[in-house]
Amino acid sequence: MSSILVILETRQGELRPSCLEAVGAARVIADANGCAVVALATESANLDAAVIGAAGADQLMIAAAESHSADAAAATAARVAKEISANTVLLAATVRGRDITPRIAALLDTGFAPDCTAVDANTMVFTRPICGGKAFSNVKVNGDVVVASLRPNFFDAAGREHTAEVSEITSEVAKAQVIEVAAQSGERPDVAEASIVISGGRGMESPDNWHLLEKVADAIPGSGLGASRAIVDSGWRPHSEQVGQTGKTVSPELYIAVGISGAIQHLAGMSSSKVIVAINKDADAPIFKHATYGIVGNALEILPELAAELEK
Amino acid sequence: MEIFSFVKRVPSTTANVEIKDQQLDTSGCEFEINPYDRFAVEEGLRQKEAAGGGNVTAISFGDDAAQKELRTTLAMGADAALLLKNDAADSADAATTAKVIAAAIGERSFDLLLFGKQAVGHDQHGVGAGVATRLGIPCITEVISLSISDGQVTAQRGVEGALETIAASLPCAITCQKGLNEPRLASLKGIMAAKKKPLESVEVEIPALALIVESTQPPASRPAGRIVNNAAELVDALRNEAKVL
Ligand SMILES: Cc1cc2nc3c(=O)[nH]c(=O)nc-3n(C[C@H](O)[C@H](O)[C@H](O)COP(=O)(O)OP(=O)(O)OC[C@H]3O[C@@H](n4cnc5c(N)ncnc54)[C@H](O)[C@@H]3O)c2cc1C
Repeated sequence: MSSILVILETRQGELRPSCLEAVGAARVIADANGCAVVALATESANLDAAVIGAAGADQLMIAAAESHSADAAAATAARVAKEISANTVLLAATVRGRDITPRIAALLDTGFAPDCTAVDANTMVFTRPICGGKAFSNVKVNGDVVVASLRPNFFDAAGREHTAEVSEITSEVAKAQVIEVAAQSGERPDVAEASIVISGGRGMESPDNWHLLEKVADAIPGSGLGASRAIVDSGWRPHSEQVGQTGKTVSPELYIAVGISGAIQHLAGMSSSKVIVAINKDADAPIFKHATYGIVGNALEILPELAAELEK
Repeated sequence: MEIFSFVKRVPSTTANVEIKDQQLDTSGCEFEINPYDRFAVEEGLRQKEAAGGGNVTAISFGDDAAQKELRTTLAMGADAALLLKNDAADSADAATTAKVIAAAIGERSFDLLLFGKQAVGHDQHGVGAGVATRLGIPCITEVISLSISDGQVTAQRGVEGALETIAASLPCAITCQKGLNEPRLASLKGIMAAKKKPLESVEVEIPALALIVESTQPPASRPAGRIVNNAAELVDALRNEAKVL
């Protein structure tokens, strides 16, 4: 039986959540084509086979490497893909996923479909945004193995009762090696991973007003904070929080844009959010054209009201 | 230090995207250097200076029009430019582009390859790591800080919720993210000097594409939005209508 290989991303032994979505997508493809799903952690990690199995994997392989190396991870993945005669290799389109995907494709001398938002399990046609989300292409990999990365928040883990069968395997030798991982300070999830994002723009008027956004974020568990480029360029917030063309791409369930005009480069990073809320004092701001809900008014007055309503 | 900085001619990020017969039509777009490639050119110039000598060669896989972007890199300060020419270059996916570039530069000697982290437009994030993999050299992607001494490379990049430090040795490929440097603008003197710098053009073949675009469509239209009067109405809508809270 042929298989679908899914690469699991772990950091300091902890699984990154978006990989389980890729495992779920693999399950859907596997069920349509009668394949098995093999999940591979390319570094040593303490993983729960019941969680991986529930997401959709039949088998879980854990490689021995102590720390992350993109080239070693790709080489291990390509080796396993050949050993299990994988017809498909899936990854989450995270920073590491985006890094490894083209390498696996090169090692298998095939193509890859990057950052996909949908797949037809029967035809293996993937849908992916291009031009910063201004258009979507339907693409097909031309090669023996289909390699694809999946944008976080677009696919679901299977949610079944199953425990994956675990095996331990060797890792390939690394060329470039991660020597340190410094977690960003703060309790909030990264803007690219949060299921709810609250972003501030120049309409916040001053960095001293950011506590108003934080108050709203505090009232919504699991939310992350973002910012427009105008804010990052002014040094009010770190670049790791920037959403848009030259920042992060986010697709949360809910995106709240506060005092953000909705420039095309900002939209490039958030237009695929499920529900968009705009708070802006200018009723003609372009962001309202993309918003599911809007409030026209002064953000500095509306934010405290919003925090109070959320706490009710 | 021998440095190759890769640049692509791309539709401007502010360009309106036209779709004709279910395919992207960029014929009416303004074009520019891929913004991330400016970081790659700037970093090349800085690393050459830090190494106390060498050459920065700007390389583009494109059609003849890409000579304009290559001239811009020469005006910024690159020493030489090389066009890997094929009129169909823009149809090539990242995996195919990596294959073409790796074949074209594999015989040349270099220490450092610098790429943008992605080419805007196709947004595939794959050429730098693909080229490095085919050449069997290390690659560090989405780099925001880079130091090289005695052939040892140390770089940092942001991953979701953390900052990674990565070590490798030369020869090495780097893909550049915003934050790495502030790209310089070409000076008038640079523009004049660029006219005399060498710009070589070699024809390259494109193998069978590794990613076939079957069709392209505009984004699914969002249902019309609604203006609500205040925070209370908003929270009610988010809880009871959209059910996202
Ligand atoms: C190559 C390139 C890449 C770029 N990449 C990015 C990117 O990644 N991300 C990004 O965000 N931008 C990016 N930009 C910049 C982008 O074009 C805009 O300049 C930027 O997004 C504007 O940020 P803003 O909406 O915060 O500010 P503005 O455009 O100044 O908008 C501020 C908004 O706040 C409103 N406002 C003011 N006061 C209040 C108040 N008290 N209450 C409520 N509303 C108020 C105003 O009505 C206005 O709509 C890029 C640009 C280029 C050229």
